[in-house]
Amino acid sequence: MTKDEIRGTVLRALGQIAPEADLSQLKPNLRIRDQLDIDSMDLLNFVIGLHKEFKVEIPEADYPKLATLDGCVDYLASHGGT
Amino acid sequence: MTYREAARAAIRKALREDPRVFLMGEDVGGYGGAFAVSLGLLEEFGPERIRDAPLSESAFVGAGIGAALGGMRPIVEIMTVNFSMLAMDQILNNAATLRHMSGGQFNVPLVVRVATGGGRQMAAQHSHSLEGWYAHIPGIKVLTPATAADAYGMLLAALHEPDPVFIFEHATLYPLEGEVDEAAQLIDIVHASVTRKGKDVTLITYGGTLGKTMQAADRLAQEGIEAEVIDLRSLRPLDTPTILASVAKTHRAIVVDEGWRTGSFSAEISAQIVENAFDDLDAPVARVCSAEVPMPYAKHLETAALPKVEEIVSAAREMISRHD
Amino acid sequence: MTEFVMPQLGADMSAGKLLGWRKNVGESVRRGDIIADVETDKADIEIEVFTSGVIEKILVQPGEKVPVGTVLAIIRQEGEAAKAEAPLAPKAVPSEAAPAKPVAPVLPPRPAVTPSEPGRVHASPVAKKLAAELGIDLASLAGTGPGGRITLEDVQKAAQARAPQPAPTPELDRRARMRQAIAAAMARSKREIPHYYLSTAIDMSRVMAWLTQENLKRSVEDRLVYGVLLVKAVALALHDVPELNSVWSAGKAVQLTDIHVGAAISLRGGGLIAPALHNTDRQSLDELMKNFRDLVQRARAGSLRSSELSDPTITVTSLGEQGVEAVFGIIYPPQVALVGFGKITERPWSSGGQIVSRPVLTATLSGDHRVTDGHRGGLFLAAIDRILQEPEKL
Repeated sequence: MTKDEIRGTVLRALGQIAPEADLSQLKPNLRIRDQLDIDSMDLLNFVIGLHKEFKVEIPEADYPKLATLDGCVDYLASHGGT
Repeated sequence: MTYREAARAAIRKALREDPRVFLMGEDVGGYGGAFAVSLGLLEEFGPERIRDAPLSESAFVGAGIGAALGGMRPIVEIMTVNFSMLAMDQILNNAATLRHMSGGQFNVPLVVRVATGGGRQMAAQHSHSLEGWYAHIPGIKVLTPATAADAYGMLLAALHEPDPVFIFEHATLYPLEGEVDEAAQLIDIVHASVTRKGKDVTLITYGGTLGKTMQAADRLAQEGIEAEVIDLRSLRPLDTPTILASVAKTHRAIVVDEGWRTGSFSAEISAQIVENAFDDLDAPVARVCSAEVPMPYAKHLETAALPKVEEIVSAAREMISRHD
Repeated sequence: MTEFVMPQLGADMSAGKLLGWRKNVGESVRRGDIIADVETDKADIEIEVFTSGVIEKILVQPGEKVPVGTVLAIIRQEGEAAKAEAPLAPKAVPSEAAPAKPVAPVLPPRPAVTPSEPGRVHASPVAKKLAAELGIDLASLAGTGPGGRITLEDVQKAAQARAPQPAPTPELDRRARMRQAIAAAMARSKREIPHYYLSTAIDMSRVMAWLTQENLKRSVEDRLVYGVLLVKAVALALHDVPELNSVWSAGKAVQLTDIHVGAAISLRGGGLIAPALHNTDRQSLDELMKNFRDLVQRARAGSLRSSELSDPTITVTSLGEQGVEAVFGIIYPPQVALVGFGKITERPWSSGGQIVSRPVLTATLSGDHRVTDGHRGGLFLAAIDRILQEPEKL
């Protein structure tokens, strides 16, 4: 899976938790939480979405690494996201 | 019994039950009243309690105010509303005002009966409908009985009021027959009554024009228009909520008033509707009033000047019919 | 026969618009099935049925907006003979208007806006009002009143003709209407409910330590968030002070046996909804977590169910994630209590004669003083604290 493919899948998972958001406006290097006004329940749903898509086990301690879109892509690429 | 007999029965009952009550006015004693309302009462109650007054409205209304202040319950009769102008100073500056100016120390429990209205060829000094002028004055109540039952009940209820009450009896009503329950408790003199239910247009009236308005509603019903008729009964206080509730239902209102149109009580009702029910209206409020002339003597001219059933019917028809 | 009516989904709902039927006449339905979708001022809601049977008759068509309590459909219960229709029919169709409804009116050609009359639209006040309510463009109507005035009847006829088309509801409109609905409910609450407010600080060290350990053992999908523990603690604390689990109805409090905590979910961009987590006290943390996650996701997507909106018996609102220290909330009528949670902050805490640093949470209670007093409210907050000190028992 290329980084672009990973990015597309991440955006799709975000779309699930924030259906009303315009994700094309999302800045890849800023915190998703601040940009989309999501809460911890949304965040958990997002992580579960990533888990299902990429079959990756994400420990709670790693959540901070998923704070930005770029961070998500890097993390998933380096953890063998398929 | 007739409206006249109902008014007499109420006066008689009050005289019997309350020694503070007496009747005073022009020709109420020996002559039996200009409209024969008090006929026979002098013989029954004597000249102390059925008192003929000199031809000075200011004097005998003033005397009535004084008697009321002194603890009596006077009923003063004024022969026609046109003559009541002579007593306006006593009414406005004393009767309506004394409670206010004495800081509540004095009240004036006075009842004044006044004949009003045209239709009897009595010409321009005996025939006008000026009750709307009285309704302008805070401090008094203004009642307009349109039925024999109200002629009876309103007088008795008025005698229980602590402040002046003016009862306007339309002179064409005196011979009208109606049911009167002489055993009834004191009646409500604050609320209007919905005399006929309907959904298409509200006809608002009182006193002498109730009959014409009911006839108009009958005619409209034959054309499939269901008119609601409100008999105001009291002009002050005015039962605005009843009017507004009806207009909220029908969305259309016509005021029928024998008074003149300009600066009139019908204008007040129209203003209340527009101020409080603007968004309910489907058409401008319409009015059917007397022509703006001194009341003519000639029969055909007087008829022409007064509100007519046909005018009410066509006002309603115009308001409701489609113009496509 | 059972009447399936437009439900009241919250104190502030007076009418709803039927968006569509998921079942047709003759189809069978089971208790709990979603059979219709309804648009309210707050959201599009999936409406469940509470009878099992067969849809005998549909009385309201998609696109119609009807008051709460209006019969939408008739359901023939299991085992009931179809013949039973005859005696019921007059009741089900009370007005002469009803039978005409299923026939879709033919849309009249819309007259073009007359460019020769660019000024004011000539319409009566009540016609203008109704047109504004229904979103009908007066300029598109031909008036039949005196002088071509558009009358109430003209607007009503236009509305009838258009009723079957569900009008497009722009998002902005929905948001404005939700604001209005919240305004009405909150203004009513502050007008009618004498609120009292209590707050207490809760040491969260045990809960947070337990949660961290617990989540280490769990896969992503099974992890818990502390908000779920708070909701469960509130539900269990209601066993101690059950009168807080009441609704105010017809001038008195009615205590309820089932506990359905309404979880306040703020919608991004404004607005708020507090759907029920059914039987909160009887759900395990795992069930509750799963249901809570699902509820948040569906609230965002606008697919909540009717019972979720009508059933809450108490509301819990948590604004800690926004950095708020304490919430003094307004009770959602007809409920009689609301619990607020702020954020967990590290604070100096006195314990066993020592000053230590502890994660501390401020819990508040907004109580309806007509129903409970501060003393009982205090016991309730104390119960929440006590329950949270034993997270493993949650």
